[in-house]
Amino acid sequence: MHFQLTDDQSALKAGVRELLEGRFGRERLRAAVEAPRLDRALWRELGDAGFFALRLPEADGGVGLGLPEAVLAFEEAGRVLLTGPLVATHLAAGEVAGAATGEAVVTAAYGGLVEWMEQADVVRGDVAGARGVTAAGGAAAAEARASVASVASAEPMESLDPLTPLHRVRGSGGSYGSVDPLAVLLTAAEQLGTAARTCELAVQHARTREQFGQPIGAFQAVKHLCAQMLVRVEMARVAVYAAAVTADPLDIASARLFADQAAVRGARDCLQVHGGMGFTWESDVHLYLKRAWVRTQRAGSATQSEEGLAAELVAGTA
Amino acid sequence: MDLTHTPEEEEFRARLREWLAKMLPSLPAKPSPDDWPGRRAYDLGWQRMLHDAGYAGLHWPVDAGGQGATPTQHLIFLEETEKAGAPYVGANFVGLLHAGPTIAAEGTPEQRARWLPPVLRGEEVWCQGFSEPDAGSDLAALRTRAWRDGDDYVVSGSKIWTSHAEVADWCELLVRTDATAPKHRGISWLAMPMDAPGVTVRPLRTLAGSAEFAEVFLDEVRVPVANRVGAENDGWRVTMVTLSFERGTAFVGEVVACRRVLGELARTARKNGRWDDPALRRRLGTLNAEFRTLWRLTQWNVSESERTGGVPGAGGSVFKLRYSHARQELYDAAAEVLGPDALDQGREWTLDRLSSLSYTIAAGTSQIQHNIVAERILGLPKGR
Ligand SMILES: Cc1cc2nc3c(=O)[nH]c(=O)nc-3n(C[C@H](O)[C@H](O)[C@H](O)COP(=O)(O)OP(=O)(O)OC[C@H]3O[C@@H](n4cnc5c(N)ncnc54)[C@H](O)[C@@H]3O)c2cc1C
Repeated sequence: MHFQLTDDQSALKAGVRELLEGRFGRERLRAAVEAPRLDRALWRELGDAGFFALRLPEADGGVGLGLPEAVLAFEEAGRVLLTGPLVATHLAAGEVAGAATGEAVVTAAYGGLVEWMEQADVVRGDVAGARGVTAAGGAAAAEARASVASVASAEPMESLDPLTPLHRVRGSGGSYGSVDPLAVLLTAAEQLGTAARTCELAVQHARTREQFGQPIGAFQAVKHLCAQMLVRVEMARVAVYAAAVTADPLDIASARLFADQAAVRGARDCLQVHGGMGFTWESDVHLYLKRAWVRTQRAGSATQSEEGLAAELVAGTA
Repeated sequence: MDLTHTPEEEEFRARLREWLAKMLPSLPAKPSPDDWPGRRAYDLGWQRMLHDAGYAGLHWPVDAGGQGATPTQHLIFLEETEKAGAPYVGANFVGLLHAGPTIAAEGTPEQRARWLPPVLRGEEVWCQGFSEPDAGSDLAALRTRAWRDGDDYVVSGSKIWTSHAEVADWCELLVRTDATAPKHRGISWLAMPMDAPGVTVRPLRTLAGSAEFAEVFLDEVRVPVANRVGAENDGWRVTMVTLSFERGTAFVGEVVACRRVLGELARTARKNGRWDDPALRRRLGTLNAEFRTLWRLTQWNVSESERTGGVPGAGGSVFKLRYSHARQELYDAAAEVLGPDALDQGREWTLDRLSSLSYTIAAGTSQIQHNIVAERILGLPKGR
């Protein structure tokens, strides 16, 4: 048992971080808020870097890595709030033409919501009534469109998260039954990245912002908020990493609960530490919180995870 | 990242399982919680069985009489013994997890030879004399004095909340040997015999009604200078070594136990109908996630200490914060399952619920652990 990152895994994580910080830094993030369009050039760069084909066997043109590596990459994506239907496209690699290389943008109807529907080439999921979804895309995308399970009664909503356009799918609101556990896990990994980042932002601010003649981080009320953020991040981290190693559905359910909690509570506490500034549009804190909220609705629900974990406790008894 | 075990580790587990299955039925009946001499005899008896089978001091270095097992093997040991329902370390807690490792790390060869074998063989019990009435969280404010008189220190003062003091042979005692030095600098770490003249133990009743800990009065107690571990006035550093052991590994077996209790709770709820309440089910499901993940955190921390080869780090505080809270939640949930029976002190879960209240206080309060996480891990400034 060596439940720590290997050197290769650390290197991969650092590499993805460098790529994303270079290509989707704070300025890009803020620009995206003003014009939430899917950056297809970036999508293809991610494809070239192997982000979508990470788990595809090398024989099929993939990178041939496993779930732990995918989780590390998605953690980094969550850290910078990378936009677009990353999870759905990653899971479509090898199944939908063009997804692995980033030529096709694939989204999915998860839990009654579809993210980025109008800009995606392909919508996957069990959605009743079909309407072809068309969007720009290469030849591979055009080919993929033939196999689109598309969305008839999806209605756009004014998305709470300015970085994630959302459609509501009528009539499928409660049918989470067949949610792919990998979608849950990769979403949890994104939540982990967001949680770790908001903890860092809160700590940075607490070290530098002064009130009453000292850094606010010297006050225990603030210090303890930050410590609690870190504790939640570390619980989420081990839960997500362990689930990536075992791929066990209940490990994944645990990962979801801790990651959701770390991301949502972390963003709230980060806002609190930033005071009035945290309540402004200018500050990034709300973007972290809103994205975390969107992810809590993706791919099943916390209730489902809790019920699954509860069922395990009585399994095997009459 | 890897969570599988090597063939050697699996073989170790299999041998241990077999041994436990053979030995546990031969254990005497458990003494009642209030029978301290009985508990001492029971716990020491278990330690002797471990010793004879070659499991004593599993994680201690070989030159300290231990087995030099890897942290992973130690983890397997804690997991399997708990799963099999083997006795908990009990009265051997301080000796095995605290004073012993400290003496192994900081003691002279004579000191190691004197104190370590009796701990491993289940012959001597240790207690921890750190806290004082006016020095709890602010441990370095301790005032119990020790001055030199020939080859002895003469010790006067008092200690409080000393667990197992009534049945202990030795006390790891923190004393002030230089009253003029800054408060962290004038402290020394002594091994004090509990039967020395001038030592008075006065049991204190806990809120659960039992005499779990005691006040210890020290009236000109003579302790040989040779019993000092580490240099004179260097006791604070030695103490930090001790405390990291306490927070690092001391609660691991209990996490496994909590998972077992949780299963029992769910099955009880199933029988008495409470299981039909979705809110309760979800609560128990969340607790399942909590203890599963605490186990993962343990595996993470153990792998990390295996890599760094040293004393457990500040990550122990992360574990302790979450675990102490989870344990209290667990027994609150038990009370919900039991309903009115939760008010019956005769029920095991009720007593456990009461004892869980100490977890956010003993071994450093949650507030102090939050300070440690914020200052040592996150690097936030110390308050003035
Ligand atoms: C069951 C049990 C067994 C124990 N066994 C032993 C033993 O065997 N040997 C031994 O030496 N000790 C033992 N202890 C003592 C234990 O370590 C202390 O109780 C603990 O460190 C707290 O100290 P205190 O009781 O003096 O509380 P205090 O330090 O007075 O704290 C009271 C309250 O103030 C808060 N507080 C104090 N300082 C700060 C601060 N800087 N910032 C924020 N909040 C603060 C605390 O968090 C707490 O809520 C035991 C305690 C218990 C409950």
